[in-house]
Amino acid sequence: MNPSLSRLVAALGASLFAGLTHAAEVHIAVAANFTAPINEIAAAFEKASGHKVIAAFGPTGGLYTQIKHGAPFEVFLAADDSTPARLETEGEILAGSRFTYAIGKLVLWSASAGYVDAQGEVLRRNEFNHLSIGNPKTAPYGLAATQVLARLGLSEAVKPKLVEGTNITQAYQFVATGNAELGFVALSQVFKDGQISGGSAWIVPEDMYEPIRQDAVILNKGKDNPAAAALVDYLKGPKAAAVIKSYGYDL
Amino acid sequence: MTLSAVDLAAIRLSLELAALTTVLLLLIGTPIAWWLARTRSRLKGPVGAVVALPLVLPPTVLGFYLLVTMGPHGVIGKLTTAMGLGTLPFTFAGLLIGSVFYSMPFVVQPLQNAFEAIGDRPLEVAATLRAGPWDTFFTVVLPLSRSGFITASILGFAHTVGEFGVVLMLGGNIPGKTRTVSVQIFDHVESMEYAQAHWLAGGMLVFSFFVLLALYSSRRFKPGLG
Repeated sequence: MNPSLSRLVAALGASLFAGLTHAAEVHIAVAANFTAPINEIAAAFEKASGHKVIAAFGPTGGLYTQIKHGAPFEVFLAADDSTPARLETEGEILAGSRFTYAIGKLVLWSASAGYVDAQGEVLRRNEFNHLSIGNPKTAPYGLAATQVLARLGLSEAVKPKLVEGTNITQAYQFVATGNAELGFVALSQVFKDGQISGGSAWIVPEDMYEPIRQDAVILNKGKDNPAAAALVDYLKGPKAAAVIKSYGYDL
Repeated sequence: MTLSAVDLAAIRLSLELAALTTVLLLLIGTPIAWWLARTRSRLKGPVGAVVALPLVLPPTVLGFYLLVTMGPHGVIGKLTTAMGLGTLPFTFAGLLIGSVFYSMPFVVQPLQNAFEAIGDRPLEVAATLRAGPWDTFFTVVLPLSRSGFITASILGFAHTVGEFGVVLMLGGNIPGKTRTVSVQIFDHVESMEYAQAHWLAGGMLVFSFFVLLALYSSRRFKPGLG
């Protein structure tokens, strides 16, 4: 056997052995706004640990309903802090596993360059037809948007022009397709590598709305799964933090 | 715990949307169904397939394409803007157009079946009696395909009341304009307001059951669309 082939066989054997001893699967439920960062984090985690991450994405409320009805999720990354807190009081999680993995930032965004100014004066001018927000009852970013509008004293003025997405992804979609001239979306949706990736935006000062804490928990189904604990540890580590910040979240 | 004003507004909106959609579809669908039933054209297959598409497509596909084409950068959106109508997403008119596409096969197919069942003979007899085409249609075809029209109306109406994906993608959830019952139920469930969700969802279940019961109990109805 030539040396390179034997190295390959040895490597294959080792990885197979590693697979038999350590690798496990972890099923996670992730709020839609965190789709891109978790994909990047999961890929790096899989490479580092040999575990496999199987992710389902959806609105936080919808995922909550699925968890309450026996969905096979082991780790839950919510878009708010109240849903994980609720699961904790209901005894659905590994006690003490709740932590904040990211703090969301709100941005007023338009797909057209130069439409939104750096101070958000475009809201006061009120010359648009549609302002897109997430449903304030179900989407934390939607709730934050209504807080900003209230702070600016514009709640009543823009009310007839509000269109609601069921979640922040749909709120973004309405703006991206141009059907709404502008909308309040998650900074993470329009931010890549340290800057706004297209259109024009006003990053809303954080004192204008309640912090959008996104909490994660290990659910009861995952309390004996080493891969679930390993993923949560990785999520708290510096490598994941760098990815999370690169998508425009705070920590 | 009963229905709130917002819930009632959603019910009213759903009924209005379904009623208008049904009327529009009977007007548009009758000539299409008649053509499909009588033609020997090679286009019969493709046109029939296009009409039937909403039966198999996820509503999200229809909703997505309507959102893009009716938006300011889309073909329909540019046209409606040029006509001074603005763009159609987030409006009742936009939902109406979406619903017409979405419920089209449920109206066209029962009508087509009814027209095909008449056959050539009654039309030939009418022609020998010197009835013109319009006369034939109203005095021969309409009475003979009455049950087809009833089936088409009921299915078109009920299917539009049950519409969800298209409304969700086009509507923007505006109370009284685009927030229909199905979207309101979704909202309640998402907000964990299960009691309110039960009232509306249970109502939809009972409504749908009785609509289908009425349909399947009528003697002339043959189950199935095909």
